[in-house]
Amino acid sequence: MTEQIIVAGFGGQGVLLAGQILAYAGMEEGKNVSWFPSYGPEMRGGTANCNVVISSDEVASPVVVDADCAIVMNKASLMQFEKNVKPGGYLIVNTDLVDIKPTRDDIKVIDIAANKIAESAGSIKAANMVILGAYNACKNVVENKTIIKCLEKIMGERKKHLIPMNEKAIELGKEAALAQL
Amino acid sequence: MAKELMKGNEAIAEAAVKAGCKAFFGYPITPQNQIPEYMSRRMPQIGGAFVQAESEVAAINMVYGAAGAGARVMTSSSSPGISLKQEGISYIACAELPCVIVNIVRSGPGLGGILPSQGDYFQATRGGGHGDYRLIVLAPASVQEAADLVMDGFDLADKYRIPVMVLGDGMIGQMMEPVEFQERPAVELPEKDWAATGWDGKSRDRAIVNSLYIEADVMSEVNKKLKAKYDEIEKNEVRVQNFMTDDADYVIVAFGTIARIAKNAVLKAREQGIKVGLVRPITLWPFPADAVDKISRQVKGMLVVEMNQGQMLEDVRLASEGRVPVAFYGTTGGIIPAPDDIVAELVKMKEGK
Amino acid sequence: MAKVFEKTKMLTDVPFHYCPGCTHGIVHRLVAECIEELGMQDKTIGVAPVGCAVFAYNYFNCDMMEAAHGRAPAVATGIKRVSPESLVFTYQGDGDLASIGMAEIVHAAARSEKITTIFINNAIYGMTGGQMAPTTLVGQVTTTSPLGRNEETQGRPVNVAEMLATINGAYYVERTSSHDVPNIIKTKKAIKKAFQYQMEGRGFSLVEVLSTCPTNWGLSPVESMGWLKENMIPQYPLGVTKDLGAAKEGDAV
Repeated sequence: MTEQIIVAGFGGQGVLLAGQILAYAGMEEGKNVSWFPSYGPEMRGGTANCNVVISSDEVASPVVVDADCAIVMNKASLMQFEKNVKPGGYLIVNTDLVDIKPTRDDIKVIDIAANKIAESAGSIKAANMVILGAYNACKNVVENKTIIKCLEKIMGERKKHLIPMNEKAIELGKEAALAQL
Repeated sequence: MAKELMKGNEAIAEAAVKAGCKAFFGYPITPQNQIPEYMSRRMPQIGGAFVQAESEVAAINMVYGAAGAGARVMTSSSSPGISLKQEGISYIACAELPCVIVNIVRSGPGLGGILPSQGDYFQATRGGGHGDYRLIVLAPASVQEAADLVMDGFDLADKYRIPVMVLGDGMIGQMMEPVEFQERPAVELPEKDWAATGWDGKSRDRAIVNSLYIEADVMSEVNKKLKAKYDEIEKNEVRVQNFMTDDADYVIVAFGTIARIAKNAVLKAREQGIKVGLVRPITLWPFPADAVDKISRQVKGMLVVEMNQGQMLEDVRLASEGRVPVAFYGTTGGIIPAPDDIVAELVKMKEGK
Repeated sequence: MAKVFEKTKMLTDVPFHYCPGCTHGIVHRLVAECIEELGMQDKTIGVAPVGCAVFAYNYFNCDMMEAAHGRAPAVATGIKRVSPESLVFTYQGDGDLASIGMAEIVHAAARSEKITTIFINNAIYGMTGGQMAPTTLVGQVTTTSPLGRNEETQGRPVNVAEMLATINGAYYVERTSSHDVPNIIKTKKAIKKAFQYQMEGRGFSLVEVLSTCPTNWGLSPVESMGWLKENMIPQYPLGVTKDLGAAKEGDAV
């Protein structure tokens, strides 16, 4: 089993963190993982993306060219990464910030209003968690409960009070995706 | 100890701390900034020294001072900064001071770009600065290996009194992977009785840390002594990893992160029925010439893959002595080769194109 | 018979290679005497420059390191940071410190590194054969200013002691001279004070010592002393340019 994921958006949407949590959760579940961020000049307020590989074998390349799933949090990311999804793979689109439709018909497109759903969970900042929930509904490579455990670890005591809200965001994201599967 | 998910740069820094590094001197340059940033937090916690120097030139000379005073010391930079350090590295090599220098290579020449590259292979393996010297050059392919090689690097540096370079690239510096810092058996290392620590006039000779030898015969003796040391290192310290080479008709030779991608290509090519293996030099100097020589007697062709325009290629050609065709596939500018591109090169090679 | 003079143990018995009339030897002795008088023989680590004093490691009878050209303050920083109990000094000339090593000296001062620099200013590159230095006087003839230093094309002298006094991190900076006995005595006092400040952990200190270069100036040793006095001192006035310890000492009295 090797799962290759691209998570993309713009700075501040938490796409790098979302990718890290996936990698972390994979590691916690005993898989081999890698996380590789874009670190070009675009990291200053522009687009941000990362490649995550979760595998039962040694991770050969941390660079994802053919993604099993691409998560695109804004329009620029859709335009950049739609082509990188493997035929039959998933493209998860944050429709709140993407006003165009994907052009390919050989991939599965999941539309998630991540910003609105996050707001209903308690904060727009949890849009990255909504999208993680949606991803897990599609792929289930790592368990939701592992993701929560990793969140607790990363957030620490100081931000512990935010866990229930994030948990809710993940749950709502999952439901939104399941409705389309 | 439990596995942690760490950025390569941070794992390199923590590995140095675990190896007993007591001083770090650096200067900001992308994509290695997490190393000095980490050290600026970590060194005060362990009673070590951290200085953000005014330049890479100053930083490497601080390394010279701290190493000359007997401390385990490290510096890190990226390509343009490493060029600036070359003066100091040459002095360190001649004065036989142990230290670890990390180069998280970016693309060049000139200011170049900040994306991954292997364009500093020549500079690293040929000494880099002026004069007749070598560094031990270690090329990690994973974050775990980067951490391990940094720790080994300190021991090698002390054992041979030589600067050790860990040659990574932007990919290994920036990526996160699980790392485990294992307890390591204590290595017996020579006493640093040559270090300048203050002289009481009796317990040892007066320490003079120096690289100036005006008289021809004296300088020549120093050169011979260095050469003897380099010979010893070539004999003892070569590291190389072979992957699926036993039945291989072709091999890829690649180092560092590119070897991972090449490994992927090996598996893909085998799915297409091409029996390919991978030879991955871990020490770039000393270069695993024997391993390359040996495999060149078994295979029909070799493909060198690098993120440059063909540098290790020369060492592979030297070691294989024209026995088989040695082809090359390289990417530059920060473009990372894709496994399929490498497979396509293998197909071409097999078809004799 | 009463002994009136004894050579300091902090100098080796190796004969100096310096030219006749050059004041490097005098300043070496002063530095060595100060180390001995302060009881720091076994705690001193010196850093030699590139320039005429390149062989200083053969003369100072303590642990020594030889630095790359201009980099002595960086090397000293590395030493001091890993052995803070040591007395660490650099001994540098004007080409080394004021030209190629300008960045290193300014930033060692800015960081207030607890090191001491002995800076020899003789207005010329000595070791390489008398080329123009940043400290060369306007109109002074050197092998690379054969018609005299032209301020239009070659600029004006760099006053290191005044410049470093403007650096917030510098603790003590003084300029002295080596051309006669009273000034040599003052030089020794300044060096000792700089070392004491370092031992007290106060901060960066530098003593600029005006020196002679009879060989490259093309003068006799005696003429050189006069030339220094008449030409260098007007450009490089003697005295303390910065002493953050002075006020404290005044308070103590």
